[in-house]
Amino acid sequence: MNISSTLASVVASGQIEASNIDPSVNAPAVATGAFSFMWLLIALPLLGAAILLIFGKRTDKWGPYLAIAMSCGAFIVGAVMYLTMLGLPANDRPVNLHIWDWVIVGDFQAPIGMQLDQLSIIFVLLITFVGSLIHIYSLGYMKHDPEKRKFFAYLNLFVAAMLLLVTADSYLLLYVGWEGVGLASYLLIGFWQYKPSAAVAAKKAFVVNRVGDVGLSIAIMLMFVTFGSVTFSGVLEDPAAANESTLTWIGLALLLAACGKSAQFPLQSWLLDAMEGPTPVSALIHAATMVTAGVYLIVRSAPIFDAAPDARTAVMVIGAITLIFGAIIGCAKDDIKKALAGSTMSQIGYMILAAGLGPVGYVFAIFHLVTHGFFKANMFLGAGSIMHGMNDQLDMRRFGALRKVMVITFITFSCGWLAIMGVPPFAGFYSKDKIIEAAFGVNVIVGAVALLGAGITAFYMTRLWTMTFTGKSRWTDDNKHPHESSAVMWIPMAILAFLSVVAGFMLAGAIETWLAPVTGFEETELAVSSLVMECASLALVVLGATIAYLQYRRDVPLVAPQHVSPLTVAARQDLYGDAFNEEVFMRPGQWLTRSMVFFDNRGIDALVNGIAASLGGLSGRMRRIQTGFARSYALSMLAGAVIVVATLILVRM
Amino acid sequence: MNSLLAAGTSPEFALPSIEYRLISPILLVLGMAVISVLVEAFVPRAHRRVVQLVLTFSTLIVALILVVMLAGQRAVTAAGSLAVDGPALFMQGTLLVLALMAALLVAERGVDPAGDAFAARANALPGSIDEREFTKRGWLTTEVWCLFLFSVGGMMLFVTGTDLLILFVALEIMSLPLYLLAGIARRRRLLSQEAAMKYFLLGAFSSGFFLYGSALLYGFAGTVDLGGIADAITANAGQNGLLIAGTALIAVGLFFKVAAVPFHQWAPDVYQGSPTAITAFMASCVKVAAFGAMLRIMYVALGGVRWDWRPMFWVIAILTMFVGSIIALTQTDVKRMLAYSSVAHAGFLLIAVVATNEEGLAGAMFYLLAYGVATIGGFGVITLVRDSTGEATHLSSWAGLGKRSPWVAGAFAVFLLSFAGIPLTAGFIGKFAVFEAGVAGGAGWLVVAAVLASAIAVFFYGRVIVILLFSVPAADGPTVVVPSSFTAFAIAAGLSLTVVLGIIPQPFLDLAEKASIFVR
Amino acid sequence: MLPNPYLPIFALGLLAFLFACVSVTLATLVGPKRYNRAKLDAYECGIDPTPQPIGGGHFTIKYYLTAMLFIVFDIEIVFLYPWAVSFEALGLFAVIEVILFIVTVLCVYAFVWRRGGLEWD
Repeated sequence: MNISSTLASVVASGQIEASNIDPSVNAPAVATGAFSFMWLLIALPLLGAAILLIFGKRTDKWGPYLAIAMSCGAFIVGAVMYLTMLGLPANDRPVNLHIWDWVIVGDFQAPIGMQLDQLSIIFVLLITFVGSLIHIYSLGYMKHDPEKRKFFAYLNLFVAAMLLLVTADSYLLLYVGWEGVGLASYLLIGFWQYKPSAAVAAKKAFVVNRVGDVGLSIAIMLMFVTFGSVTFSGVLEDPAAANESTLTWIGLALLLAACGKSAQFPLQSWLLDAMEGPTPVSALIHAATMVTAGVYLIVRSAPIFDAAPDARTAVMVIGAITLIFGAIIGCAKDDIKKALAGSTMSQIGYMILAAGLGPVGYVFAIFHLVTHGFFKANMFLGAGSIMHGMNDQLDMRRFGALRKVMVITFITFSCGWLAIMGVPPFAGFYSKDKIIEAAFGVNVIVGAVALLGAGITAFYMTRLWTMTFTGKSRWTDDNKHPHESSAVMWIPMAILAFLSVVAGFMLAGAIETWLAPVTGFEETELAVSSLVMECASLALVVLGATIAYLQYRRDVPLVAPQHVSPLTVAARQDLYGDAFNEEVFMRPGQWLTRSMVFFDNRGIDALVNGIAASLGGLSGRMRRIQTGFARSYALSMLAGAVIVVATLILVRM
Repeated sequence: MNSLLAAGTSPEFALPSIEYRLISPILLVLGMAVISVLVEAFVPRAHRRVVQLVLTFSTLIVALILVVMLAGQRAVTAAGSLAVDGPALFMQGTLLVLALMAALLVAERGVDPAGDAFAARANALPGSIDEREFTKRGWLTTEVWCLFLFSVGGMMLFVTGTDLLILFVALEIMSLPLYLLAGIARRRRLLSQEAAMKYFLLGAFSSGFFLYGSALLYGFAGTVDLGGIADAITANAGQNGLLIAGTALIAVGLFFKVAAVPFHQWAPDVYQGSPTAITAFMASCVKVAAFGAMLRIMYVALGGVRWDWRPMFWVIAILTMFVGSIIALTQTDVKRMLAYSSVAHAGFLLIAVVATNEEGLAGAMFYLLAYGVATIGGFGVITLVRDSTGEATHLSSWAGLGKRSPWVAGAFAVFLLSFAGIPLTAGFIGKFAVFEAGVAGGAGWLVVAAVLASAIAVFFYGRVIVILLFSVPAADGPTVVVPSSFTAFAIAAGLSLTVVLGIIPQPFLDLAEKASIFVR
Repeated sequence: MLPNPYLPIFALGLLAFLFACVSVTLATLVGPKRYNRAKLDAYECGIDPTPQPIGGGHFTIKYYLTAMLFIVFDIEIVFLYPWAVSFEALGLFAVIEVILFIVTVLCVYAFVWRRGGLEWD
């Protein structure tokens, strides 16, 4: 840069030059009208959390109601946004609300803004709607908990963070929400921290998630280096401009992030332990919303994966592996929540798989995500209701015959059960079968895996259903009198059950058109007609369900039998996920840590301490110049003047 | 001014054109300072405080409004001696905002049980019978307000003057009241008077340098006008001893005012001895004014010989950053620690002077605002932590303050974080802007040195935060006094500005950028 | 004509230096030497010199006030004199300026007067 010209522009008598404002290119429309209140989505629950946490015990009485009001308020705002969006032509639907520019210095720009489009509005509605229902449910579930207020505060915090995640307009802000939901999840898993298992589970979730987070931060850094921007519009506008290997790395880093948050292989191990949290948390965070953030991330980044086929294949493979993995684990678990957690893992596997199929699958990933959000939340709430009635018993071997005493729970749960198996016309049928079809369209093996998964799903879900609701009662002495839960609990369940029934055919077809402008959509080309596919998968489902029903209808031993097949043993051990982690990550990690600590003590610490000590010594010595005598100060000034003059003259010579 | 001098050579007297509107803020503040003297003379003792408070605050606020209304003006007026331009107005605005906050601290009468922070009668000997008598009568000082206003007026003139003589006059109008203000602390009178004495002696010494430098530059250029000097430099490109020596001596005078090493030694003693509210005023506003003048002189008048003076500034900047940060490491007195921190900040700001580009000017202006608000807030907190003898400034007595007064300790921690340049505080953005300007101005290695010095600085700020928040409180520790709304408002304003400037800096950066062209 | 414009200045400086040296030397050589107490005291306009051993060793502030008032008016004269000389040329503008200047000085004078700075006790 020519210094003299810059100087001339600093010292000039001309007019002030107008600063050039760089118009953003092809950005979504600027939010106006109802959309300009988009920030309320996040602000409301955040405010609720802040009030409950800051004012502490003073809010014990009315705090939970405030939290519910805030969550419902967010839902209303979301609904208004949705209705407004409905009235707009498809291309005008994405809107961007610029909140503020944090820093714009030269090339480094960090604008903060929210973006609402067809994809994020679905999430907004799902999160706020299911979130509000679960808030209400918690009122009953957590009724006697002394820390109820804190629980609601964390729930509000979660809703705010999750909404930030899905309405952010840049990866950087998404990362903030990503960490926010991680934090809320950590706080809620460890909510009953006096239980060592809960504390350990929370820590595990946090640590495993960190691994995924590293992926996200690497992806963001790569994006910044490659595109010079981290906003969606900046990165996703034309990713093909970057070279493919960079994109593949970005895609893989994003996949790692998704694996962490969505409990996909190989970072799946934390989800089963996370069931230590209160059941509403399992329903909201670890079934319906947070764990699907990985799917959101991948679908949101669709243009990157479209331009990097290798990364996309990796996504598909990971989804397929997890799908089977989770299903197998689900078959072996006797703890009702863990069985459901295995199922969640498997269902998210379906979504990731669908997302890995490309434009033929994105829409169905989101479709399945929504229906799964309804039926899985419904079943978790059902499980919570059972626990509530059974004195916190979780072991399915001690359930049985609950259909007579817990009629409402039985009905709502059954809706969920039929939905997850994909029995027409329940919700899962529409979403899951589409994924299986699309998978066949891309790759026969993957399609077969998805189909097989449907059969296993039917098996373990029927096993769960049968052991819980049918057969003879195997209740132990401490809970002889199971009872139905109060209305405040079953009404949310009923609403979700209703949606588990109707959401499928309500959304089928419509969701493709709705999402196509954002994610793109292609019809799957199949060799056989889709009716054949549907029949095939239905046959497998019926087969799986029948085997399970016949096997578990009769007596189930109170203690799990020990002499079982190696596969069952493995499945009971979460398919050795923890052992794998221990051998592959923990042991070498510990070794690395130990050697690092050694090196740190001997090398780095010595260096740091040495620097600190020598600076301290230097400081002590320099202080002595400060004698307190004005005369010596004057002398030092004189010396300074001499230095100044000398330097100037030296430069001249 | 130079046209007056020119009148000597020609018999015709050219009437200087003065655009009173452009210099109305300065005229208002100085005029009101004179009125304030009359208030001291004629208003009965019982009513003086109210009248002075109304007068001072309304003056500062109206002046601020006038400055805002002048925004966008670019003109040289008063016979070429005052330049009302972007930098001048931005820094006048900054000065007025900071002065308003400092005035709130000065106005506080709720924390010292004896009344205010100033001696009952400044001329009574410390420890004498007279002093006890005046204290017993409960006399409180209101003369601070005239001195305060004069000083503010001088500062505003200092950032506006574009003529070495006006700059010198402004320097003295700014400094003389400060020497007095430094000496009138109610508690620890001897320390306060010692501070005033040192400040006065060394200040006079440095003024001498400045004046001598001005004379030499006049000798070189035949004019004291900054633009005229720049023209003279362009005209005589060759070697010139007068120019070099004049540059050096002027720089020395300014280095003293900004407390750059090795002209900094007055700062810790004076900051510690002065009444804390005055220290806040001094630390923030003098720095703004002195850097305003330094930037103007170095950019406008001496920009042509920057290849000569930049290496010298490099040396001084590096010395200042490192000596300030390193000595601060072992300070045990909070006020002295902040004094050394202010020395280190002067070093960082010198990078902006070295940069000699538009970004440097804009960055420095933002930095000064960010530094000023945090400084006033920080010293405001210091006034609250007291024991029976007055303010408890020893670090050991601050241990565990966060446990007893989380809000006060939290606020102080935020100010320290801003000083340390941690993101989401104003200090970070300021440092970022100045460093960026330094790199753009070809001072990359200087910025590297600055980053190293910042790392050292982070250590000592962090140490204080740890002591503050995580230590076990001493059993007989000081109490945190609940102030009246004056101090509370000043601290709250400092806190919110520090955070707001850290989170939403863009409008202010834009404003500084728009204002970053000197007129000549 | 003159070889160097600075020469008269040097000549003047030299003269001043010589005068100082010569007068002191002459006084020592020629003057009578009759010492008494008053002669050895510092000269302070005829009153008892300060600091005194018992008075705390300080000048009272009143001396400074008087001295400063003197300087203020002195400086005022310094400004007024050139103005008076070229009063005609400077015109109304300068009249207003000088009036402003005098008023400002009077304000300070009023302060000193009201606050008892002129009372000697």
